[in-house]
Formats: sequence, structure tokens, C-alpha cells
Amino acid sequence: MTLAEYRKKRGEPLIPEEGEAHAEHHPGALEYMQIGLILAIITAVEVGIYYIDMDHNILVACLVVLSVVKFSFVVAWFMHLKFDSRIFTTAFITGLAAAFTVFTVVLAALHGKLV
Amino acid sequence: MAVETGHLETSTGLDNRKLLMWLFLGSECLFFGSFIAAYLLYRGRSTTGPYPQDLVDIPFTSVSAFVLLMSSVSMVLALAAIQRGNVRNMQIWLATTAVLGLLFISGQAYEFTEFYHQGLTIHTNLYGTTFFVLTGFHGAHVTVGVLILMSLLIYSFRGGIQQKDSLNIELAGLYWHFVDIVWIVIFTLVYLVQPQ
Repeated sequence: MTLAEYRKKRGEPLIPEEGEAHAEHHPGALEYMQIGLILAIITAVEVGIYYIDMDHNILVACLVVLSVVKFSFVVAWFMHLKFDSRIFTTAFITGLAAAFTVFTVVLAALHGKLV
Repeated sequence: MAVETGHLETSTGLDNRKLLMWLFLGSECLFFGSFIAAYLLYRGRSTTGPYPQDLVDIPFTSVSAFVLLMSSVSMVLALAAIQRGNVRNMQIWLATTAVLGLLFISGQAYEFTEFYHQGLTIHTNLYGTTFFVLTGFHGAHVTVGVLILMSLLIYSFRGGIQQKDSLNIELAGLYWHFVDIVWIVIFTLVYLVQPQ
């Protein structure tokens, strides 16, 4: 059954909404290689700043930000969350939010430290 | 690049296997999140050495992190190839991903052995326990990923994977990329961020 037939059967509009149209598009090999290059550069920057003599808190903040950027690139581009259905994003973000909650509660309740 | 995904007769219009994989990965976030929280909670509380700053080899681990990151690139290139119907290229990229995964696991085995020789075991102190449990479980996930990749590769050599079966590669890819993002977090919080 095509999406059009499916929507017709359910009485939904035949033209997909914005966002749903993205589900049909995945990047090409060149875009993937460009993202890979960006990730390699960020990793090199991470290791580079590790050796720079700077305030510990600033160093930790920089490393965490770079890590979040790398994480986001992989999830959005390589795992296609940027292009796929929002239902997948919701499933993953729910787990991620639960993990972050556990992480925060455990560290806060038991006086753990991030830095 | 337009991709023919094929819309299915499900309540969401999405493939249930892909949705299940995402739900599984969501639960895996909680699994690894707990271990990372435990590691951070006990960091700096070991009463006996050796301590992380005595052991970690940042240049070596950086290369390992780079290898795993590049395996994500080769994995996604395998998917792009099969979505274009190029089975040969998919096989090359899948094999590359598996080799990079094996390289990462070998690096981890070498690191664990080095730590052991320097006196750190899972029983030595809190650092040893939380470090080996966290990175060990991650290594186990990478090993499972390599087995999945090799199974797909063998299956494809038997003609079992064509363009219409690209979802199989996509699901394996989702798992592999997840293993990679977990390492992105571990590399930062366990290796680069050291207690003062």
C-alpha cells in the first residue's frame, strides 16, 4: 500500500505535511564524507584543547560542548533523525531525557561532581 | 537523494522494525546513562591507586576514538551504496566498518591489558570497578555490532541483500552509530575530563 492509499483509507490529506516530506530524503555520500571530516576536526580540537593550560572549569565546558556537537551531528545526519519521522526522534529523546534525569538525580542526591 | 522506503500498513505508516530499534536505543541510553553516572559518582573517591591520571593514555585513546568515528562514516556510506542499489560498494564499506570495529576492540583489549599490568583490575578500587564495567559493556556492544556487520556481509555475498532490503543495513547502522555516540560521551567524560 502506498502512502497516498494509506492516507486516503484513513481520510487524511494526500499531500504530506512539511517534515514528513523529509522522510523521503537521505543525504548522499559526499555530504556524509563532509560530516565525517567535520567530526574528525572536532575530535582533533578536543584533544588539542586537552593539552592547553587553561582553567579546569572552562576546559570541561569546552569539552562538553564539543562532545554535544559531535553527538548531535551523528544523531541528526548519520542516524537520519534530521530527515526521518518525528516519531523516531520522540522515541530516542524520551530515552535520552530519562537517562539525563537519572544522571542528574544520582549525581545531585549522592553529591557526585561532574568536574 | 530520493530513497524509496515503501510505506507500510501500520498505524504510524512507519516500519515497526525501525520504530522498535529506536525504542531499543532509547532504552540503551538509560543503560549507559546509569553506568556513566555511577562512574562520575565514584570518580576521585578511590582510597587506593592506581588512579586515572596515572593510567590513561590520551594519544592512544584519541586514535581509538577517531577509528570508531570513521567507522560511523563507512557505515553510513554502506547504507548510501545499497540505497543506490550498489551492492559491491555496500560490501566494501560494510567490511571497512567491521575492520575498524575490530581495530577499536583490539585497542580496548590492549588498554585493558596495560591497565592490568599497572595494577588496575575490576576489584582494585572504585575507579577500576566503574571504569571496567562502563567501558567493558561498551566494548561488548561494539563486539555485537561487528558480529552483526559480518553476518550481513556474509548474507550479502549469498545474494541475500538487494536495494529493496536496505532497511536491514539501516537498522544495523542505527545500532552502530549509537555505539559510536556512546563512545563520544565516554571519551569526553572518562578520558578527557579528569578530576582536579
